[in-house]
Amino acid sequence: MDVVLLSRLQFAAATMFHFLFVPLTLGLSVLVAYMETQYVRTGDETYLSMTKFWAKLFLINFAVGVVTGITLEFQFGTNWSRYSAYVGDIFGSLLAIEATTSFFLESTLLGVWIFGWKKLSKKAHAAVMWLVAMAGTLSSIWILLANGWMQHPVGYTLRNGRAELESFAAVVTNKFGILEFFHTVSSAYVLSAFFVMGISAYHLLKKQHIEFFTRSFKIALVFGLASSLFVAISGDTHGVHVSEVQPAKLAAMEAHWETTQRAPIHIFAIPDADSEKNIIEIGSIPGLLSLMSFHDINAEVKGLKDFPKSERPPVMLTFISFRIMVGLGTLFILLTIYGWFKRNRLLESTNYLKVMLFAIPLPYLAIELGWVLAEVGRQPWIVYGLMKTSDAVSPIAGSQVLFSLIGFVVVYGLLGAIGFYLITINAKKGPVLEKHL
Amino acid sequence: MESALQSIWFFLWGLLWAVFFMTDGFDLGIGTLLPFLGKNDTEKRLMINSIGPLWDGNEVWLITAGGVTFAAFPTVYAFMFSSLYTPLMLILFALIIRGVSFEFRGKIESEAWKKLWDTCIFISSAAPAILFGVAFANIFQGLPFDQNGYHGNLIYLLNPYGLLGGVLFLMLFLVHGALWLTIRTPGALQARADAAANNLWFVLTGVAVLFLGATYVYTPIYANYLSRPVLFVVPLITVIALFGIKFLVMKKQYLKAWFSSAATIVSATFFCIIGLYPNLFPSNVDAIYSLTAHNASASPLTLKIMLVVVLMFIPIVIAYQVWAYVMFSDQLSAEDLAAEEAY
Repeated sequence: MDVVLLSRLQFAAATMFHFLFVPLTLGLSVLVAYMETQYVRTGDETYLSMTKFWAKLFLINFAVGVVTGITLEFQFGTNWSRYSAYVGDIFGSLLAIEATTSFFLESTLLGVWIFGWKKLSKKAHAAVMWLVAMAGTLSSIWILLANGWMQHPVGYTLRNGRAELESFAAVVTNKFGILEFFHTVSSAYVLSAFFVMGISAYHLLKKQHIEFFTRSFKIALVFGLASSLFVAISGDTHGVHVSEVQPAKLAAMEAHWETTQRAPIHIFAIPDADSEKNIIEIGSIPGLLSLMSFHDINAEVKGLKDFPKSERPPVMLTFISFRIMVGLGTLFILLTIYGWFKRNRLLESTNYLKVMLFAIPLPYLAIELGWVLAEVGRQPWIVYGLMKTSDAVSPIAGSQVLFSLIGFVVVYGLLGAIGFYLITINAKKGPVLEKHL
Repeated sequence: MESALQSIWFFLWGLLWAVFFMTDGFDLGIGTLLPFLGKNDTEKRLMINSIGPLWDGNEVWLITAGGVTFAAFPTVYAFMFSSLYTPLMLILFALIIRGVSFEFRGKIESEAWKKLWDTCIFISSAAPAILFGVAFANIFQGLPFDQNGYHGNLIYLLNPYGLLGGVLFLMLFLVHGALWLTIRTPGALQARADAAANNLWFVLTGVAVLFLGATYVYTPIYANYLSRPVLFVVPLITVIALFGIKFLVMKKQYLKAWFSSAATIVSATFFCIIGLYPNLFPSNVDAIYSLTAHNASASPLTLKIMLVVVLMFIPIVIAYQVWAYVMFSDQLSAEDLAAEEAY
């Protein structure tokens, strides 16, 4: 079979699976650190129970997230060796810096936190959790700068048959990566907030541990409301930048075929790559695409037809992913605003609680589709404008990749099923209430 | 200047691998010893909890070694990991399973459930220990590649010298792990770990002697030593440290014995790294194809920036890891296992 296709499938499987666990790690660590801080400040033992309950779920999630991250560090070498040799000078150093400055801190201190309840003072113990949360966020800066470089390469020069570092400052201040960072981390916070609200809703609907879960819900609600608004703002800024530096992605995510001024946005469309048009267009709003992309209603937006066929991303997947992501993001804002008005009558708002319980998977879907948009929308490039994905794979046998791909699907499938099962049963079991420490 | 920078990175690269073997080595050793030394669930839990707070931080040395290979020697990273595709995938799958096993094992109260994860811990600890040895031994003797790429496969790697390397790594890690158990576990388990360290030491020493001899036959590693005999001080340290283990275990000075074992692993790794220099991934077809510190490195600017990062942050990493090690080097008790957060 085709090595490029198999390697892409494997990378997608490994990365998307890894990213089922990363966002909750990023956001829940902040919430757990906040709960523990409240315990240290007030001495209220409900906060201690909250810290321990949510940390238990956090740790199961972290375990699966961390082990599936290991493969990613090596997969560039195993499956994308031509890419690695070509861009390692820049891309590799960002990964190495991530491990050295952030991942070490997160992994070492999390061990200290889990086992250090009796060995550290209360204040020091809470401070360790803040460091874990901070290290996770710091990690994501480096990873997203690395991805940002693939999306919009800067600070390099072509020399010795590869991309060599020209300006480190340009690489670490790459606007693309920084915007991705804000958008991704705030989305991760939304996901974590919905996770906490959903599980709290489950228990509130059963009228059990009411004080415990009302408090958890409210903390997550504030966190989720602020984050979901920030996701929208950062998303808009990010979108404007994409329009500027990745015009083909913009055209694909809006199914925009002809270069026009006052370009419209279609609420719904079915794009067809073969006939180079949309078979169905519903609810087209003239000028909105120009306005959103360039903040000018008369701006010209380049259409897909003005890109060679070999340089167009898969339009259907990019278009659909973007639509669903934006729709869900809007829904999250509405749900958290509604929750804000219901915050003192949560127990009676059973319909709202039911919605929030069933909303748990939605941010997972939104965040995965966000990555589909970012990565599929960048195709056919692995490094935008610089290297094609098809030129980046390792010169290895398709059978090798096929076997490892099957291995990934089987092993990850089992781990994911077990991980989510354990999270579910522990979430349903509810907290162990602390009597004293 | 550029050549010096590349050489510094070569030895930093070696150092990262050495520290990884020194730290995660005892985790892998203990995982492999689990079915042999842990006679009941309490003892198995003591073994797992002895490394509970530390294994994850230890594993990051591997991530860093991988990342630094990518950053400082991108051509090596690309070529080595795509050539050694299958063994590397096996190592990665094993490390994935090992990590979740610790977390999953205690989450459901069931004999069969625990047994499943105990088996996973055993296999996923023993396999990487052996495979790292096989991979590195093959690198020491060179691999079959030329201008048309790599011509080996997993079966090729399982040659006598490669297998001997696998056994050597396994023995090093088993002794290292048994020694950690003598520090952290109480009672009968500690006594069994003591006996294991004592007995396995003989096997380790036997395998080490064989390996040193075989290295002379199968690899060009001694060439650097023969041209600069003063370098023989490194293997001398290994020999002293190796005998130090035995001496200190007999005197029941377990912590010192563990340090002696750590010194054995680091100096043994450096013995090979020095012999390998300047090759990172040598070809056994012809030396002109070998990837070296000088023909496979990143640009001087990247090497300089990464050097600053590493010199700034690795000491900080070492500082907080030492802090964590000191905190979690005390003897475990039943009370520790009763804690809600224990594995």
